Amino acid sequence: MSILKIDSVSKRYANHTALSNVSFDIPQGCIFGLLGPNGAGKTSLIRIITQITGADTGEIHFKGERLKPNHIREMGYLPEERGLYKKMKVGEQLLYLARLKGLSKEEATARIKAWVDRLEIREWLGKNIEDLSKGMQQKVQFIATVLHEPDLIILDEPFSGFDPINANLIKDEILRLREKGASIIFSTHRMESVEELCDNIALINRSRKVLDGPVKEIRNAYKTDTFQIIGNGQLLVLSPDFEVLEQHDNHGVFRANIRLLNGAKPNDLLRYLLDRVEIHSFVELVPSINDIFIRKVKETHE
Amino acid sequence: MNKIWLIIQREYLTRVRKKSFLIMTFLTPLLLAAFMVIPAWLATVSDSDEVVMVLDESGRFVNKLENKGDLKFIPLQGTLEQAKTIYQETDNTALLYIPPIELDNPEGIKIYANKNASIQTKVRLENMLEKEIENQRYVASGIDRTALERMKANISIATVNLSEEGEKDNNAFVTSGAGIIGAVVIYFFIFMYGVQIMRGVIEEKTNRIVEVMISSVKPFQLMMGKIVGIAAVGLTQFLLWVVLSIVVVTGVQAAFGIKAQTPMERVEAGRAAATGEEQVDAEDAAQQSESNEMVASAFKAMGNLNIPLILGCFLFYFLGGYLLYGSLFGAIGAAVDNETDTQQFMFPITIPLVISFIMSYTVVIQNPDGPVAFWMSIIPFTSPIIMMVRIPFGVPNWELLLSMGLLILGFILTTWLAARIYRVGILMYGKKVNYKELSKWLFYRV
Repeated sequence: MSILKIDSVSKRYANHTALSNVSFDIPQGCIFGLLGPNGAGKTSLIRIITQITGADTGEIHFKGERLKPNHIREMGYLPEERGLYKKMKVGEQLLYLARLKGLSKEEATARIKAWVDRLEIREWLGKNIEDLSKGMQQKVQFIATVLHEPDLIILDEPFSGFDPINANLIKDEILRLREKGASIIFSTHRMESVEELCDNIALINRSRKVLDGPVKEIRNAYKTDTFQIIGNGQLLVLSPDFEVLEQHDNHGVFRANIRLLNGAKPNDLLRYLLDRVEIHSFVELVPSINDIFIRKVKETHE
Repeated sequence: MNKIWLIIQREYLTRVRKKSFLIMTFLTPLLLAAFMVIPAWLATVSDSDEVVMVLDESGRFVNKLENKGDLKFIPLQGTLEQAKTIYQETDNTALLYIPPIELDNPEGIKIYANKNASIQTKVRLENMLEKEIENQRYVASGIDRTALERMKANISIATVNLSEEGEKDNNAFVTSGAGIIGAVVIYFFIFMYGVQIMRGVIEEKTNRIVEVMISSVKPFQLMMGKIVGIAAVGLTQFLLWVVLSIVVVTGVQAAFGIKAQTPMERVEAGRAAATGEEQVDAEDAAQQSESNEMVASAFKAMGNLNIPLILGCFLFYFLGGYLLYGSLFGAIGAAVDNETDTQQFMFPITIPLVISFIMSYTVVIQNPDGPVAFWMSIIPFTSPIIMMVRIPFGVPNWELLLSMGLLILGFILTTWLAARIYRVGILMYGKKVNYKELSKWLFYRV
């Protein structure tokens, strides 16, 4: 079942098109990557999902229902442009944002307590936001996003501004939230940063959806049956079934990228090589989402 | 509704807990008290006796210049040079030199002083000399001074309002005072707190919190919450000012009351001693009783003002005017990226406010029922200030109701306009906005 169904959504601003006829589904309980370069329309789409703006045409269904105002409660949104009230204390700010999402004072207080303990920012509760470091503010903002335990969490460029340690901390929290049943949308232009995390992705370029689906399927579909082999010996491939794309030799050690042709299987290549050289490593070269994206964009431009 | 309430609470509490709010709230009545106390205190300080040495070569003022209040005279003999040397050895206030003068042509009178003699002293001396010369002229021309005094007329006209409730003593001074105070307070309130709304919106924009907020609440809720919250701050501050001022003023009066009365008592004591021999004192007494009468009639007129109506209208126009302009200030805040860009949009908003403020104490106060006053008190953009000036003079009910109704319509309209600019503006960054752009925003489908 899909938590969010985006059905031919279009949005025009005064002099440019932000989204044209975008449709895809976001399955329940997955981490979904909304990928694309800057200005592709990701934030516009998110603002439509969070009902900050409305779509010109098209519909969005949340848990099978047409999107309506009280769905906001079940969403948590961390915008790319982050900000908190500078002169407000951390604890008050979290409580305020949580109560705006409809939590009672008691419940919000209890949850804040649990979260600040887990992210180790308890001693900061009484401090003003302006006295916090940037990374610390990001943590507070992340807590504010998920405090009301939303079913759909939308994170726009979630790792920008985090140092690697805190980025990992947040990654772990995101995975934990998914285990608890939340669905998560990641929006980013740095595709490599979320590749390992995402179950599904949609690629957007110039207001259009380029591609979507489960990461594994996409990568399989864009596989080129290319393998990288590292080993010892003199490698000389003389078979019509295998094409050497690239080869480096260095003091008897070779590294070669070989593509399978004519329906040959990886094992055929292995068998062929076993008789000739000593193999140290045999790895399939799977295109990264980044590579696929670049290819896809080139295709659409041609 | 619950969300607006939360926003109002936040806007209210964060502002009320600010140090600047506390300082402003407590300092203003103290400053007010200081304005009252310092002149009174200065008066008591400069109360040290002023001693004037007199060298009267004309002989006309012998025994005529009597010690009066804190002004004391010491007659000198001899030449001017001798008098000067004697004077310079003392620290007396001044040396008054009267050369031999003609009654018809009293010239050449001089004051010598080590320090600059105060204007006050000079004027007092001039008055005394003038009076004495006049007296001597009367005597020389055979006019009976007391008979002349009797002929002087002193008329003060009492104004009485012929209204439905019967005749009421009226006092134009008190009435216009009540109106102007109301108008001034509303004017400053709209400005001070309108700008606070604008700053609050700009702050949310520059802090980039607005997108987080907008994913939880509607832009309209955010805007209204801020406007209402800040209105509550303003009312709180106003009420605290009223209460604190009363406390401080009463306190000051209790502390300084005795001292403030001293000069009066002294004058009265002096008068009792003089027992009306001195014409000057008699005149003073007449003036005194006249000003007492004025105060009494002012109090009476105050009692005759329709205080509940004035207060009720004050609250209404206070809030109505604030809401009307407040939402516009909010819209400006949403349209710009920082405060320096607000100028071009502030201008058309401040113009009606400033004009009505200026008109309030000029045209309107002079002719509170004239056409300018009428129209300006009907039009919503000027009515909060102008109507306040008119109310103490009495305004027909239909005019009041029309003005109030239009003000309500007015702020519904400006709030609607502001909300449409606001919802677009708060998410718009790094764009220089002009009026054409703003007018487009009104019709955006968001």
